[in-house]
Amino acid sequence: MGRPKISRKSTWVDMTAFCDVAFLLLSFFIMATKTKPPEAVSVVSPTSVSSKAPNEKDMVTVIINQNGKVFLTMSEPDRKQQVVETVAKNKGVSLSASDLAKAKNMEFFGTPITQLSSFVNLPADKIKGDLLPGIPAVDSTNNEVTDWMRAVYEVYYGETMNLFVKGDVNSKYPAFKQVVDAFKKNEMMKFSIITNSIAVPKDSELAKEAKKENAK
Amino acid sequence: MADLGEGGGGHKKQGPGVKKSKKKMVRVDMTPMVDLGFILITFFVFTSTMSTPTAMNLFLPKDTEKDNEQTKTKESGTLTILLGNDRNIYYYEGILNTATGENFVPTNFDDIRNVILKKKRSTNADDFMVVIKPGPESTMGSVVDVLDEMTINVVKRYALVDISDAELNFVKQGDEIQSGITPASSGTTPQ
Repeated sequence: MGRPKISRKSTWVDMTAFCDVAFLLLSFFIMATKTKPPEAVSVVSPTSVSSKAPNEKDMVTVIINQNGKVFLTMSEPDRKQQVVETVAKNKGVSLSASDLAKAKNMEFFGTPITQLSSFVNLPADKIKGDLLPGIPAVDSTNNEVTDWMRAVYEVYYGETMNLFVKGDVNSKYPAFKQVVDAFKKNEMMKFSIITNSIAVPKDSELAKEAKKENAK
Repeated sequence: MADLGEGGGGHKKQGPGVKKSKKKMVRVDMTPMVDLGFILITFFVFTSTMSTPTAMNLFLPKDTEKDNEQTKTKESGTLTILLGNDRNIYYYEGILNTATGENFVPTNFDDIRNVILKKKRSTNADDFMVVIKPGPESTMGSVVDVLDEMTINVVKRYALVDISDAELNFVKQGDEIQSGITPASSGTTPQ
């Protein structure tokens, strides 16, 4: 018996084109992704239904890490320098010109004001949220966040400033309260909390309202 | 493109198990490379979309000592939410009965939405106010979650207020009871 003839078509698929597309997409995504430098203060943001992206310009961010340590940062390096200069002047701490120049390049500030000069001279590997004391915000009598916010207020006076609080999910409420009190004392009544977006629950009032808006 | 040196074949008899020829085939299998490419793509897609932060706006009321400037709320329209430790939350309507604590109710994040909605529907919209009182052991995550509940349930008037000592006592008692009945949070000592 003769075997039935099977057409010997090769099943070899040329993957080259596929591969090209894959790597083209890959390079696109690598370039499109904003490479965030590994943050020295690690914070896990809480979730909220808000879908509004924060305004990235003129940001003043107060960071609260999971141990309740408070840090401050600004998006513009020039502002950092001005704020440090102002806060040092207000508290009567002297900083040399080279210290101020270094302050410009600091990622954030997180020490008592009296230690600012030694803080800006720390080696990069020591500038980690866990190793630093943070800005003292224990109670209303010892709340240096107020001094920092005063300086921020003076530096940004008459200009737009977007105030953010980036708090860790597990940080305790008192730290947040001290920060909010510091805002209040400086007449900063509007701020935003940095969160991760989650979907609006179905059948909730907000979802219904959004539906109504869309129907209009 | 990936296969070089092909062609010119076909004059030899071929069958299963018979090697094609001694001619070297430079044909590269691209499949693993494609796999790798797409794994990396997936990785970058996920990391880039997941790390986009959002901002939740909050407006603070002005602190005032003057009596006539303070926000007045009707007792009947007020719902107070208290935050304890470990995501335990409590609520009471109106004014807390500090002697008996009978209107002090423990709840959780799944049920609080219905509590808010029920109160919202049963009270006049102008009188409805939610007061949020986070205790010293509550976390930022719970505070933001409760604030988020306000957004979800479209509560127009709400405020973050300091907890009073009497309320704190009830919250502490509640936390103790809660930690006793939930096995996950009860202290397990390995012995």
